[in-house]
Amino acid sequence: MNSTGFRRRPRRPRRLAAEASALVIAAVVAFPLYWMVLSAVRPAGEIESAEARPWTLAPTLDSFRRVLGQQEFGRYFLNSVVVACAVVIASALIAFLAATAVTRFRFRFRTTLLIMFLIAQMVPVEALTIPLFFLMRDAGQLNTLGALILPHIAFSLPFAIWMLRGFVKAVPESLEEAAQLDGASRSRFLWQILFPLVLPGLVATSVFSFISTWNDFLFAKSFIISDTSRSTLPMALLVFFKPEEPDWGGVMAASTVMTIPVLVFFVLVQRRLVSGLGGAVKE
Amino acid sequence: MTPVPTSPGGTARSRVRGGPAVPHPRARPRSRGAAAWTPWLYLAPALVVLGALLVYPVGQLGLISLLEYTQAQVSGGEPTSFRGVGNYAELFADAQFWQVLLATVGFAAACVVSTLAVGCALAVLLTRVRAVPRLALMLAALGAWATPAVTGSTVWLLLFDPDFGPVNRVLGLGDHSWTYGRYSAFFLVLLEVVWCSFPFVMVTVYAGIRAVPSEVLEAAALDGASQWRIWRSVLAPMLRPILVVVTIQSIIWDFKVFTQIYVMTGGGGIAGQNLVLNVYAYQKAFAASEYSLGSAIGVVMLVILLAITLVYLRLLRAQGEEL
Repeated sequence: MNSTGFRRRPRRPRRLAAEASALVIAAVVAFPLYWMVLSAVRPAGEIESAEARPWTLAPTLDSFRRVLGQQEFGRYFLNSVVVACAVVIASALIAFLAATAVTRFRFRFRTTLLIMFLIAQMVPVEALTIPLFFLMRDAGQLNTLGALILPHIAFSLPFAIWMLRGFVKAVPESLEEAAQLDGASRSRFLWQILFPLVLPGLVATSVFSFISTWNDFLFAKSFIISDTSRSTLPMALLVFFKPEEPDWGGVMAASTVMTIPVLVFFVLVQRRLVSGLGGAVKE
Repeated sequence: MTPVPTSPGGTARSRVRGGPAVPHPRARPRSRGAAAWTPWLYLAPALVVLGALLVYPVGQLGLISLLEYTQAQVSGGEPTSFRGVGNYAELFADAQFWQVLLATVGFAAACVVSTLAVGCALAVLLTRVRAVPRLALMLAALGAWATPAVTGSTVWLLLFDPDFGPVNRVLGLGDHSWTYGRYSAFFLVLLEVVWCSFPFVMVTVYAGIRAVPSEVLEAAALDGASQWRIWRSVLAPMLRPILVVVTIQSIIWDFKVFTQIYVMTGGGGIAGQNLVLNVYAYQKAFAASEYSLGSAIGVVMLVILLAITLVYLRLLRAQGEEL
């Protein structure tokens, strides 16, 4: 954690200026989130009042009640959780296996495969909405959560494999040899030795698949067309967001509810994220 | 990099129980021979998923872009007919397409440059401050990063709302509408995009700076190198791989912006003035049922991104990175 080594014995006024600006920037960056929560707890009249005071004297949960009482908000929330968890777990496991294969083995087409994974990352997911729509229709998956889960697994895999490579590589080969000498089978080595060692990398990777899935708006909009009981949160949010007369209190309350799980997830993995990103990129 | 070993067991246990109970007479020789199929076994799930949901749809995208495929064909009212490059000819003859393409490139470039500048500057700032301001900035950035695109878009719209937003009040702009003008609408979306994507750059570059051994920097400082010199001659070269990665990732993400434009400009702005390729393709396909034209736009995006990828691969190769 020695990060001050960059600047030996910094002059005081300079450092104080840097710290002051860091705090100001932090406040600016956090302001939209603050305003979101503030608008969510404001009484309805206050949002529309002429002056925009940055505080409220009469916080209320009315907006949250309105949001949570709305048709099936709880179900939308649950749908989002199910889709995100399924994608995170499935893509982490599949990516772990694939990353092991491309780093721990030498085989024909290995480099070709790696390049394919890299190219796959660049494919604009949004452009594939059209063929995926027909694929899901033909497979009878429209209006099911599977139509959201499956494509997201596919789209988070290439990046996850690419990132995990560094973590798998970092586990010394000698460990594998030692395990073999001790008579451990390949699968035993894989799941009981390699997997726990690579776990921090898996966590860092899962941040990306979690976020892209949780935030997804396009697939939810395109593949869940008639059965709204399979909708996810982003669609629920837009119920309150009518271009002409948006219910700002409701939109902000729904936004708050939608943001909190991601924030919790981030705070939980924050440490590993920093070391994870550094590790994956440094390698 | 040192992955911290974390509580082994638990998750892994169940899978191993079924493993072979027979003890190995001798350590199996690595690779080749009997184990040659092992990597393919490990790769199988990934390849199946990617083949079915990525490679196949890409092929379909190309195919649909060559067909006459509108609502009539989808509902089975008319037979599907082959149009060859007709859709592309129609697209390239359309002035709006070129306008959208230009807007996409310009908008993505502005987003990438701003995101990188803000992210790198703040990463350096993080290394200069003590724990409390650093934690504050880090947490604020993580908050912005964690905010879903849909919520971020609506919050920024509220901030800049002509009637109820605090920004117009503070700046005394009355009921000036930010989404009415083409460039001010793009600017508003750019602010949101930078806000939610600079944290990735900041955290990654910061992690990279931290991974530079402090002895290297101390040695440079002892040799009397100036701050600027240390950055230019020591840090920047060591960080180049990271900078390449964040640049390419930013290009890819910002080129494909969809949600922010869709939500903040109401599906592409007044008379489509804020359309970018992604939204344009979506509107063509799902709003106008011109599936084949939408697919052709998708193919164009794919080709552009592939070109960027090739540049990326070149850069990686030039750095001598082993794949």
